[in-house]
Amino acid sequence: MIGRHKHCISLAEYSREEILEVLDLAVSMKEVLQRPIKKVPSLRGKSVVNLFFEASTRTRSSFEIAAKVLSADALNWTSSSSSVTKGETLVDTAKNLEAMRPDVLVIRHSAGGAPKLVADHVGCSVVSAGDGAHEHPSQGLLDCFTLREKLGTLEGKTVAIVGDISHSRVARSDIHAMTKLGASVRLCGPPTMIPAGIEALGATVHYQLREAVEGADAVVMLRIQHERIGDPLIPGTREYSKLWGLNAKKAAEWLRPSCVILHPGPINRGVELSPEVADGPQSVILDQVQNGVAVRMAILYLLAGGNPADAGEAKA
Amino acid sequence: MEHGMKAQDLQRAVRGLADDVAARAKAAGAARDLAIIGIRRGGVFLAQRLRAELARSLGAEPPLGTLDIALYRDDLAEKGAAPVIGPTDVRFPVQGKTILLVDDVLYTGRTVRAALDELVDFGRPRRVWLAVLVDRGGRELPIAADFVGARIEVADQDDVQVRLTESGAAEDAVVVKRRGT
Repeated sequence: MIGRHKHCISLAEYSREEILEVLDLAVSMKEVLQRPIKKVPSLRGKSVVNLFFEASTRTRSSFEIAAKVLSADALNWTSSSSSVTKGETLVDTAKNLEAMRPDVLVIRHSAGGAPKLVADHVGCSVVSAGDGAHEHPSQGLLDCFTLREKLGTLEGKTVAIVGDISHSRVARSDIHAMTKLGASVRLCGPPTMIPAGIEALGATVHYQLREAVEGADAVVMLRIQHERIGDPLIPGTREYSKLWGLNAKKAAEWLRPSCVILHPGPINRGVELSPEVADGPQSVILDQVQNGVAVRMAILYLLAGGNPADAGEAKA
Repeated sequence: MEHGMKAQDLQRAVRGLADDVAARAKAAGAARDLAIIGIRRGGVFLAQRLRAELARSLGAEPPLGTLDIALYRDDLAEKGAAPVIGPTDVRFPVQGKTILLVDDVLYTGRTVRAALDELVDFGRPRRVWLAVLVDRGGRELPIAADFVGARIEVADQDDVQVRLTESGAAEDAVVVKRRGT
């Protein structure tokens, strides 16, 4: 359980304390990853099924490594080689996998709400690894973890999220988590990529990159989600890069020297980030990847560790 | 309270432990490669005190680490919610070292079992010694301490608490309490 939650689907539903519970535990999990033998027996005998209906390298491997470091068995299931291609529905697939008695189902799906639908039909815990343009809770948590590690706290800090906000599930999870931890969030991108009414989530909207990133403590650069966009929302990637991309010159002139740059990956080099910036000293992109494993270990441990059916205290 | 320990007795017991460890380390030729690891949470402050004493008698300060055994517990499937995990901090190589594992109270032996499992995941120590301030009996596993500050006979339903000033207690004490009171 994470606080009162059996699932990890949406950070909108999580309180500040529940978010901090995961982030604090992830600090201990990160220490485990630095040991000579990166394995602890805490989830021995538990199993985690990764159910991926959408392409992913980082997130899927990250959940897989997290499960294995905790000694859980991990099963990877991808839709391209499954009965989905034979017409099986999402709920039927999930129910069939549940009959194999996993403790956690990790789901990525192109439709927002898919993990919730599955959670309503299965008995085990469900973790969303990203659903449509809805949320990507583990990414939101690892971004917050990385910022806490680099900035000490999010309280009173300013974070700019730049790019295709409307199609970004990362942006939504980031906004929910970061505002709950006390940061002020600025959103920036082409007007066609900023959803109307997004300010209601507690963020401010900017259309000029300079205005968004100046004075910020951290900048999250997003990829244009070509796979989710039917009609073109921008005239071209060159113009996008010119107006909303970050290169070495803009970074040097506009960013505070202490500002850190995040990106959930995969990067489109030369579009939202120039290679010098992506690989530069302000970039914490590879820290994010390592922290992702620690945060996912914390999520899996809290959801699959222990036995919620028996609340009896055992003696030490 | 009659089986407990007052501040003076407790401090004397810690010094006695340190003297015994120092003598044994010198006899075994392990004075130079001794390292101390406290088991969270009760063993951590005790490990710090032992280190200060040992630094005096050995002439050098042994490295100090901390183990949190929550991830290695054998009752994870039995407990209610997943137990809270604290920091583990072992910054020196344990390979070839003589490790002094420190806990405040030795009871069922399950914590020590978990600590040994965790410790060997950091490398292969030359040997491991166990020092506890209080041995209260009631072992559920074949585990014994090499150094014991005091043995206390208590009933199974009693709780033995070691209170040290470092953890906010007004004064050092070992307190025996009937559980649930």
